[in-house]
Amino acid sequence: MAKQRVVSTTINGESKSFLCEPRQTLLEVLRDSLDMTGTKEGCSNGNCGACTVLLDGNPVTSCLVLAVECEGSEIETIEGIADQDGLSPIQSAFLENAALQCGICTPGFIMSSKALLRDNPNPTEEEIRFYLAGNLCRCTGYDKIIDAVQDAAQRQSTSCQTTEAS
Amino acid sequence: MSIAEGPATNGSKTVRHHDREYQVIGTRPVRHDGADKVTGRAKYGADVRLSGMLHGYVLRSPVAHAKIIAIDTSRAEALPGVRAIVTGADLPEVGDRVAELGEGAVNLRHLSANILAKDKVLYQGHPIAAVAADNIHIAEEAARLIEVQYEELPVVIDVIGAMKPDAAVLNDDVRTVEFGEVVSDEPTNVAEKFLYEQGDPDAAFSSADVVVEREFRTATVHQGYIEPHTSTALWHGDGRCTIWTSTQGAFTVRQQVAELLEIPLTWIKVVPQEIGGGFGGKISVYEQPVAVLLSQKSGRPVKVTMSRTDVFQSTGPTPGSYIRVKIGANRDGKIVAGEAYLAYEAGAYPGSPINPGCMCILACYDIPNARVEGYDVCVNKPRTNAYRAPGSTNAAFAIEAVIDEVADQLNVDKLTFRIDNAAREGTRRPDGVVFPRVGLVECLNVIRESEHYNSPLEGPNRGRGIASGFWFNAGLKSSVTVNVNTDGKVTLVEGSTDIGGTRTSLAMQLAETLGITAEDVQPIVADTDSVGYTDVTGGSRVTLATGMAVYEAGIKIRELMCARAAKIWECDTTDVRYEDDGTISGPGNQSISFKDLAGKIIATGESITASASISAPASSNAFGVHCVDLEVDPDTGKVRILRYTAAQDAGTAIHPAYVEGQMQGGAVQGIGWALNEEYIYNQDGLLTNANFLDYRMPTCFDIPSIETIIVEVPNPDHPYGVRGVGEVPICPPPAALNSALHDAIGVRMQELPMSPPRVLHEILKK
Repeated sequence: MAKQRVVSTTINGESKSFLCEPRQTLLEVLRDSLDMTGTKEGCSNGNCGACTVLLDGNPVTSCLVLAVECEGSEIETIEGIADQDGLSPIQSAFLENAALQCGICTPGFIMSSKALLRDNPNPTEEEIRFYLAGNLCRCTGYDKIIDAVQDAAQRQSTSCQTTEAS
Repeated sequence: MSIAEGPATNGSKTVRHHDREYQVIGTRPVRHDGADKVTGRAKYGADVRLSGMLHGYVLRSPVAHAKIIAIDTSRAEALPGVRAIVTGADLPEVGDRVAELGEGAVNLRHLSANILAKDKVLYQGHPIAAVAADNIHIAEEAARLIEVQYEELPVVIDVIGAMKPDAAVLNDDVRTVEFGEVVSDEPTNVAEKFLYEQGDPDAAFSSADVVVEREFRTATVHQGYIEPHTSTALWHGDGRCTIWTSTQGAFTVRQQVAELLEIPLTWIKVVPQEIGGGFGGKISVYEQPVAVLLSQKSGRPVKVTMSRTDVFQSTGPTPGSYIRVKIGANRDGKIVAGEAYLAYEAGAYPGSPINPGCMCILACYDIPNARVEGYDVCVNKPRTNAYRAPGSTNAAFAIEAVIDEVADQLNVDKLTFRIDNAAREGTRRPDGVVFPRVGLVECLNVIRESEHYNSPLEGPNRGRGIASGFWFNAGLKSSVTVNVNTDGKVTLVEGSTDIGGTRTSLAMQLAETLGITAEDVQPIVADTDSVGYTDVTGGSRVTLATGMAVYEAGIKIRELMCARAAKIWECDTTDVRYEDDGTISGPGNQSISFKDLAGKIIATGESITASASISAPASSNAFGVHCVDLEVDPDTGKVRILRYTAAQDAGTAIHPAYVEGQMQGGAVQGIGWALNEEYIYNQDGLLTNANFLDYRMPTCFDIPSIETIIVEVPNPDHPYGVRGVGEVPICPPPAALNSALHDAIGVRMQELPMSPPRVLHEILKK
């Protein structure tokens, strides 16, 4: 067994150092060492997107990132998405559009959607379907997820306008 | 956070065949467990953490068929950090017994050998041994140090090949059973034969004006839930154990573990965690008994989680099949005779859904003279398990293609032909069941009247198809307890694990019964010690059957509330009435709201609580009709879906968004089955695509929006008319896409999946 390393990161805005083996993935460290089980494991080979987190702002499948690679990185997980005063617009939109059934893929979809709406605040249905194609959902047939992302885009643009106006 | 009502989805529509008005039913409240699921707080099976917990790893067979000559675990045991190793020898000899598991029965010796192989491995991925260690990496390393000697045997992976007399036989204890009688002398792969007949099919075929007979093959496909199987077990040291697991049925896990490990049932507590999809695949136990054995041996809690490869190689796919269908009809457009022969792969041990396949294949039609013959056949693939309307999708692909062809030969419109021959109230299926009021004709009619079906479809290589599908829907047993709290809200304790929003669809039925809001109900899924026996979340039964238990408990609560009001008002209970809006009224224009009366409960007597247990009839009968437009790329054979509409009789849609979600999700699973998904085996019986990338389920970029039309023909056997909606939407898609392919390019596919190479092959043959 290779020697354990100390890795220093920022997770959801707070500085966090952890000890890990070189063979451990970011997913494993998040779930097993840091007890942040909101990030889900579906395949461990990057195919399903359930473990999507934002690494320095980019959506990545955390099962394909070694934890030691994250030295100095900013990591954002599902646990950091909610606003101080409640759910984020994306979370509310998923909830109110019935965009989840079993819910295991939901954290990954929300993380990918967050990155999408940051890069493209007003995506078309086609753009949403293209961007989210790396996240698998087996329950919903995707319809209500697409609806939720469109709804979230609208909520975000409304809240932007409100902020600008005030 | 308050529970707000979500918006109605665009492109969805409900067509009602009743005039019942409800207060809560038919609205779209936000699900009670939703906030935890969008914040990552919900605890799924793999999220369980216990102090001192070990991690288990299962060693699996690298070959598809072999005798196990020897297993040597000594090198693995010597690895530091290894705490326990178990093999098939650690499982009790349970004997050749059949256990009834709620939805289906299982031979315990076969179930046991599937948990950890005894003397033979029957498929690649068959579990052989398991290691518990300080972490998963040590457990995996240790498993690699276990030495297994195999004597390889010939492999059979084709259902027809496995039925031949000279085929290698998987199980030496399997004989063919027909009508409960053993009919073969020698061991065989053909475990069971089913036969259903009515009328005189031979005479009817000989007098028919048109007879079409075709044969079909369908590939093995997987349920594809995103969460791998996972369980954590704790052996308490006094003979009792607790299992935290991802399952469709906590009580069936309890029973299977009790039978397999010979532990008294009551000493096992199963705590169902949130479940990341099941579709029928999380009913049978796999890792649960292994985790218990490892905990017993190590004295520590042990978690066993499958990898995605394990899930594909070792858990319940749905059978590949061979099906032959023959239909005879007269010039007047009426079907006079039908015949079907079905052979389904059971996988390693008997138990494919061949019987439901036989009962479903002709169920959409009124066929007075019919014969259906079915075979359950063992092959060197993982033991099959239920997958959403098990057995019916394979059957629908076959029958619907023949129905299309007969209609074409008679020069009758395909939809008209289906309506003219549709099963309706009073139609007798070949297996003897006579339908009560059902909604197939209504579904066909809404498709015929839909904007989609009447829209123009132009352009080369484009086509439109339709198909019907049928599923029984289960009844089975459910238990609930309702407690009235002093703040005017109620707690609903239920035993049905919630895979897709059933906490809310049950809370809504209780709210309707009590005249309160869905938000005033707090639904809780309980463990096996905390609620009465409840069968699996499967068979589209929870909103339907557990809903009946909820209704009964609600009626009891109404009576208890009336009795309490009578006590307070010092009048006779018969003078107190419970209004539908939750107001309790008594003599002299006295009345009190549910909330206010609830506030007086503690001060005026004993608390108010009611339980109900039901055994529901399996009489709900779900039908769906799908319509699809597609375009075929003539150079590659790739199919692109342009538009898709699903219509389904839901009886009553309790939460329309969830009904739409079931229809959309089922349709997309069916589309994956139709166009892409298959287990690809090499000649050694090894699965070559045991990962999501190569198995390739549909992504959101592969498909368009799925439009829905909910038809409501209330189920006469349910207090609110619910039929159950989960399964039938997976049945029509492969057949509907095949129908559309024919319309587009003039070929009728006879094999699933209709993947680009197969479609291109048919195009080039023309």
